[in-house]
Amino acid sequence: MTASVANIDIDNTGVDPRARDSLVLGDQDLHSVTEMVCGIPEQERIHRNWWIAFTLAASLMGLFFANIAYLFWEGTGIWGNNNPVGWGWPIVNFVFWVGIGHAGTLISAILFLLRQKWRMSIARFAEAMTVFAVVCALVFPGIHIGRPWLPYWMFPLPNQMQMWPNFRSPLLWDVFAVGTYGTVSALFWYYGMIPDLATLRDRSKTKLRKFLYGAFSMGWTGSARHWHRYERTYLILAALATPLVLSVHSVVSFDFAVAQLPGWHTTIFPPYFVAGAIFSGFAMVVTLAVPVRHFFGLKKLITLRHLENMNMIILATGTMVGYAYSMEFFIAWYGASEYEGFAFVNRAFGPYAWAYWTMVSCNVISPQLFWFKKIRTTPVLMVIVCIFVNIGMWFERFVITVTSLHRDFLPSSWGYFTPTIFDMMLFLGSFGLFSTLFLLFLRWIPVVAIAEVKATMPQAHMHHEDEHHSEDTDGAATHG
Amino acid sequence: MAEQHAVDGKQPTYGLIAQYDDVTSLVHACEKVKNAGYSKWDSYSPFPVHGIDPAMGIKPTKLPLLVFAMGITGTCVAILMQWWMNAHDYQFIISGKPMWSVPANIPVAFELTVLFAALTAIFSTLARNALPRFHHPLFQSERFARATDDKFFIGIEAKDGLFSAEQTRALLESTGAVAVDTIADDSKVNHKLPKPIVWFIAISFVAGFIPLGFIAKAWVSTNPAPRIHPNPNMDFQPKFKAQTANPHFDDGRAMRPDIEGTVAQGALRGDAAFERGLDASENWLSGYPTQVEISDATMNRGEERFNIYCQPCHGAAGYGDGPVARRMVLLQEPKWVAPTSLNQGYLRTMPEGKLFNTITHGVRNMNGYGHMIPPADRWAIIMYIRALQESQLSGGSN
Repeated sequence: MTASVANIDIDNTGVDPRARDSLVLGDQDLHSVTEMVCGIPEQERIHRNWWIAFTLAASLMGLFFANIAYLFWEGTGIWGNNNPVGWGWPIVNFVFWVGIGHAGTLISAILFLLRQKWRMSIARFAEAMTVFAVVCALVFPGIHIGRPWLPYWMFPLPNQMQMWPNFRSPLLWDVFAVGTYGTVSALFWYYGMIPDLATLRDRSKTKLRKFLYGAFSMGWTGSARHWHRYERTYLILAALATPLVLSVHSVVSFDFAVAQLPGWHTTIFPPYFVAGAIFSGFAMVVTLAVPVRHFFGLKKLITLRHLENMNMIILATGTMVGYAYSMEFFIAWYGASEYEGFAFVNRAFGPYAWAYWTMVSCNVISPQLFWFKKIRTTPVLMVIVCIFVNIGMWFERFVITVTSLHRDFLPSSWGYFTPTIFDMMLFLGSFGLFSTLFLLFLRWIPVVAIAEVKATMPQAHMHHEDEHHSEDTDGAATHG
Repeated sequence: MAEQHAVDGKQPTYGLIAQYDDVTSLVHACEKVKNAGYSKWDSYSPFPVHGIDPAMGIKPTKLPLLVFAMGITGTCVAILMQWWMNAHDYQFIISGKPMWSVPANIPVAFELTVLFAALTAIFSTLARNALPRFHHPLFQSERFARATDDKFFIGIEAKDGLFSAEQTRALLESTGAVAVDTIADDSKVNHKLPKPIVWFIAISFVAGFIPLGFIAKAWVSTNPAPRIHPNPNMDFQPKFKAQTANPHFDDGRAMRPDIEGTVAQGALRGDAAFERGLDASENWLSGYPTQVEISDATMNRGEERFNIYCQPCHGAAGYGDGPVARRMVLLQEPKWVAPTSLNQGYLRTMPEGKLFNTITHGVRNMNGYGHMIPPADRWAIIMYIRALQESQLSGGSN
């Protein structure tokens, strides 16, 4: 919309990945990249589509908070959770949202350590997605505790009985893991944003913008001495975030795996949950990236090759998830435990067979479509596949949680879980919270890491042969 | 040389900035400035320029060492916290797990290691970079606004010992600068935060202590008032408890009796001989039911069970002189009924089925043990009692 250059797709997916091709397409220089990205938060008038999306998202968010208010008044009885299924949608939604967040950290930290430079034009909003997804995730255990004015009982604070929390419980590990993850992700995101906020500050026309961007950019000048420490710290944070993201979903999987329940008590859970998290997170990044690059004129920065790379990761992790599903069945048979065997047969052919086969078709079959280059590189088709993946990953958590609980060891206590309208409104509303935060982010914060993108451009590298200022791509090819 | 150069005769000079349009000239200019021996100077760029650190003589930062040290501190704090809270200050057993076991403490130790290290990395970098800093003399320059866009700058401060308005300018111009500007030192004029912001920060800082004060007061004082119920819905739920009245039922009781003929799991006791000690004509069974194997293994099992359940009162040889009985005699407990000696004549001739019934349901002040000892073990105990009686008889006659 505000792009100074035509916002069209250029097919760069055939480029040999070994060649250090320029990651930014078209005839861009440093200033045009600034213009392209800063143009979005600097629009004079906010686009009608943004307002429509924002109104919708904010209404859903209103629904979310109204439901939480009713929940606090009436209690958790408004949900479908009841014996024998004491863990229903809230825990399913919690794991779903935490998992979504993981792709952001993967892109910003793991791909950074692996020197995958293609990551940088998608890193910023993938990290934003992480932070907002963790916000949504944290709400669910927070409102699930029954007496929501006592959340501090989860923290190591002495209560009136001078008791301490139980550190032998995976639920407490979760408090530490997700708490650390949320804190570090938010700081990592903000820290990477400081130079770009300074760019916006220096371009601000109004006093209010100058003040706000000035305050949040903390007086950044772009000093080489500052850049030196900044880069080192960024590297350290990436190195810390990498094991962190693996630990978080492993700890989330311990909530299930450490229990003695057939269907939960499985050693494959930690790696399988991490693969699933990356799988669902990348699907969400693609789902968000395609409309963002289309509506905000960023097709030259977030290129088809970025999307294709992400789809390949979805294909790989989707296949890993499929492997985990079959391995669960194999171990249930090979382990020869009667109850374990029953739990899995019941999962696939019992009353929740519909959920199980929805999960399998969305998570195992649909990503296999990415073997076709046509589907991998067509934005509309990939978004459809990715939406199916996200549906499938929600169902995975539903299947694990509900089918393992609904048929107990005693047939007399068997039951069937049915969600209530409040379960559904809360889940729907959490998308409202997520989208509202995301739309505000799109509107006020540079969606692409400007400084990082500039550092990969040919103009960022010294020309040794001729001192003449030229725009040739050899600079990137030689020193990129 | 280090004197402050006045601009317009009023404000002292902050220094000089030179603008460059590309990375190559910036790096070469940095080398020249470094070689000229300046120390209070810096270069500014919209992104980190590779190769600028050696050109400017920037030494690698020591931050990683600090981050490592704080990460280790996080590990130690986590381990110590978990040990102190769960294994020392307030011990409680959960699911028979040990009070202190390292594997259970690894996840939290790991998370705190990462948390401490990450917070140290971010806050120490900000501190070393002297950020946040909301005022900088360079922000006066119109040109300098593009330092975060597409231009590159070198700034040399007037505080530098080698600084001289003419010579430094000449040096910068010789490096191929597009423009060289003098920047006034306005830090005395502009560096202060606006009054409203200062007041806002001061007031919120002080106000932040008020709730902490209330918490501290509540912590040290005792309050006789009952607990506050923020939402009474949650603490007082409308429901019927077991022994309360319920008008909805004819008998007015909340607790529903079992439907007639209900048999609880495992309570059928359909095998009269094995589970109740009765023969076909409902008399006490003499001998043992068919399920009980007459063997050394059963006898050993019976001895073991007898010594666990029976010996404390009846004594190892069955004379009613177990440790509990002897202790009661010692205490002269007035209500104590001495345990029966198992070697009395009427017990020797009592049918096995009746002994089984006695163990199951108890007699006089002996409680029933049916809920603790499964039927097969009860029969094994009876077999041992018979052997005991036999041994004592022969012992007495010999």
